[in-house]
Amino acid sequence: MSLLQVDDLHVSVGGEAILKGLSLRMEAGEVHAIMGPNGSGKSTLANVLAGRPGYEVTGGAIAFKGHPLGQEEPEARAQAGLFLAFQYPVEIPGVSNMEFLKAAQDSHFKANGQAAESPVAFMRRVRTLADSLSLNPEFLKRGVNEGFSGGEKKRNEILQMLLLAPTLAVLDETDSGLDIDAVQTVAAGVNRFRSADNGVLLITHYQRLLNHIVPDFVHVLAEGRIVESGDRKLAETLEERGYAWLAKSG
Amino acid sequence: MGGVFAAELGLESAMSESPLDLVDQEYRAGFTTDVEADTLPPGLDEGVVRYISEKKREPAWMTDWRLAAYRVWREMTPPEWAHVHFPPIDFEAISYYSAPKSLQDGPKSLDEVDPELLRTYEKLGIPLHEQEALAGVAKGGNVAVDAVFDSVSIATTFKDKLKAAGVIFCPISEAVQEHPDLVQKYLGSVVPQRDNFYAALNSAVFSDGSFVYVPKGVRCPMELSTYFRINERNTGQFERTLIVADAGAYVSYLEGCTAPMRDENQLHAAVVELVALDDAEIKYSTVQNWYPGDADGKGGIYNFVTKRGACLGRASKISWTQVETGSAITWKYPSVVLRGAGSVGEFHSVALTNNRQQADTGTKMIHLGPNTRSTIISKGISAGRSQNSYRGLVRTSPAARGARNYTRCDSLLLGDACGAHTFPYIENKSPSATVEHEATTSKVSDDQMFLCQQRGIDPEKAVSMIVNGFCKEVFRELPMEFAVEAGKLLEVSLEGAVG
Repeated sequence: MSLLQVDDLHVSVGGEAILKGLSLRMEAGEVHAIMGPNGSGKSTLANVLAGRPGYEVTGGAIAFKGHPLGQEEPEARAQAGLFLAFQYPVEIPGVSNMEFLKAAQDSHFKANGQAAESPVAFMRRVRTLADSLSLNPEFLKRGVNEGFSGGEKKRNEILQMLLLAPTLAVLDETDSGLDIDAVQTVAAGVNRFRSADNGVLLITHYQRLLNHIVPDFVHVLAEGRIVESGDRKLAETLEERGYAWLAKSG
Repeated sequence: MGGVFAAELGLESAMSESPLDLVDQEYRAGFTTDVEADTLPPGLDEGVVRYISEKKREPAWMTDWRLAAYRVWREMTPPEWAHVHFPPIDFEAISYYSAPKSLQDGPKSLDEVDPELLRTYEKLGIPLHEQEALAGVAKGGNVAVDAVFDSVSIATTFKDKLKAAGVIFCPISEAVQEHPDLVQKYLGSVVPQRDNFYAALNSAVFSDGSFVYVPKGVRCPMELSTYFRINERNTGQFERTLIVADAGAYVSYLEGCTAPMRDENQLHAAVVELVALDDAEIKYSTVQNWYPGDADGKGGIYNFVTKRGACLGRASKISWTQVETGSAITWKYPSVVLRGAGSVGEFHSVALTNNRQQADTGTKMIHLGPNTRSTIISKGISAGRSQNSYRGLVRTSPAARGARNYTRCDSLLLGDACGAHTFPYIENKSPSATVEHEATTSKVSDDQMFLCQQRGIDPEKAVSMIVNGFCKEVFRELPMEFAVEAGKLLEVSLEGAVG
C-alpha cells in the first residue's frame, strides 16, 4: 500500500481545467520534489490533496494510505495525517499561536482516541521546537502569524508540521521569499522530520532548496501533468537548462 | 458547583460548571421553575404602583417618588430612533409584579428558602450556599451574590463578611428600609425619573435589584454580583441597581442574566446608576444571556435598559464592560458623565447577534470636567439574519478643557444575510479636546477557515476561536472567571452560524 497514489487526476478551479491527468506514487520514507514553471498546477496539486473548497476533482482518483480521498472534509484529512505547509500563511488576529497549536493538536489526538496532552508538557515541547527553528518564544504568545515576517511565517509552518507529526507533509513553495539562513533552518527542520514512516512532497520552483533537502525523486509538472521524472540529477539539469528544454523535448 | 467562579484561564479553558456555562445545548438556562407565585394581573395604573410600594412596606417618600415617575411616564412615548424593529408593546398586557409565594414576607435566611428555588440556582450554577462558593474561592473566585427571581431578591450571600469591611450589599428594597438617607440622596441622581420612557417606567414599578455602598477609602474585599432570573410568564422585570463608591473606594461588580425559553416576548427594563466620588473606582461587568428567541425570531427578551455612571469626584473612574449575546432586542447604552476633573470613563463591549436578533447598543461619554478621559472599544459580531448596531455619543462641554476620547468600533460579519451598522455622534464644544474615532469591518475569511481546518480544527471550533480572538481586547477587561464564561457563551451563541 502506497503512502500516496494519484491516478490520472483532473482538477478544475472556477471551471478552468488545471490538472489534466496527473499521476504520482509515493511510498513511506520517500521525499519527492515537484518542480515546474509558474502556472503549471503545483499549488493546485497541494490544495486538492488537502481538500480545499473550490478545487473540483473532475476525473481520476487519489488514495492516501490506501483510502480513497473523495468528499472528506479538510479537517478529516488533516487528522488522518495529511499536512499542508502554506505558501502564504494567513493571519488570525487575537488567537495566540500557542492556543492555536493546542487546538490543532487536541483535534488530532481526539480523532485518534488519544487523551489530550497536559498544557504544561505541551508548552514545554512547543518551546523546544520553536527554539530548534530559531523562533523567538515571544511569537508563541502573539496572534497566529500576526505581524510575522515572511521567514517567521514559514518557520511557523514547519513548527506546526513537527508538532503534528503527519504521515504526509506537503510543502507548498516553503522556500519562496526566504534568505539563505532561513532556507537552511527550514531544511534542517524537514530533514529532522524525515523518517521511514512518513513522506514529504516538496513543491518548489527552484533547485536551491534541494541542495539542503535531498529528494529521492524529482518530477517536473507542466501544463497539468507530470512530464518528466528522475532523481536529483534531474533538478540539476533543470537548473542548468531551464524548463524550456522540457517543453521542446516533450 | 465547586468550580463555579473558578479561574482556570489558559490553554484549557475547560471549566466545570459556572453561572453562564451554557455550553452543551443551545440555551441551557431555558427551563422554568414550578413555584407558586403571587402575580399581579396585567395592567398598570396608580393602584399598581401603590400596591408594589405597599408590598415593599416603603416609606411615603418612596411611594411619592414612584407615583411622580408613573405620571411622567403616562405623558411619554417609547423611543423610536433605534435601529430595531418590533410591533408596539401593549403595556397593559404585562404584569408588573410577580414573587414566589413562599417569599411573600420578604427574604428569609437561606435555610427557609423554597428548595425549588434553590434548585433553580443550582441548575444555573449560582452559588447561594456560602460554603460551596468558598470551595470555589480556593481556585481564585471570591464573589458575593444577590439572586433576583422575577420581582424579588431571594438571597444575598456573604453579607456578614462584607459588613465587617463596612460595605453594604443588599436588595434595594432592604436598602430603602435600612439606609433611607443614602437611597434618598442618590436614587435618580444619575438617571432621573423622566430620563427616558423605559427609565420612567422602571422608576414607577421597579421591584428589586441590588444596592451597594462602599465607604470612604475601602477596597471591597470581594467581587459583588447580581444574578437576574425571569421565570413567570407575561411578567416584566424592572430591577433597579444603585452603586455608590465613596471617596477613594473601589468595587468590582458583575451582573448575569437568564430567562426561560418562551414563545412570547418578555420585557426587561432595568435602570443601573453608578456614583463615584473623589478617587473612587467602579468596575461594572455584564454578561447578558437573556433568551434570544428561537431561530425564526419567535419569543425572546426585549432588553431595554438604562445604565449610567456619574464620575462626580476628581480622578474618579467608571468602566463598563459588557458581553451581550442574548435578548431578541437589545437597546442599551451604558454611559459615563465625567464631571470630576481628571475623571476617566471606559466602555468595552462585545455584542454578538445571531439568527433574527437585533442589537442597538453603545455608549455615551459626556465630558463636563477638565482633563477628563474616555475610551470606547466596541466589538460587534453579526451572524445569521441579525442586525447589529453600534451607537455612541462623545460630547465635550466648553469647560472640558484638555478632554480626550478614543473610540474604536470593529465589526465582524459571518455570512452575508446579516448587517453591521455604526452610528457615531461627536459633539465637541471644547476647543482643546481631542476626539479620535476609528472603525473597521471585516469578515471571517475562507483562508482563515481553511488554515484551521487543515490543522484538524472543525469549522465550528474555528469560527469560535476566530471570534474569540476578535474579542480578546474586551475579554481582558473582564474578571478572569467571567472571561472564560464569555468565551464559551460566544461559542454557544454562534451555533448554526457556520455553513
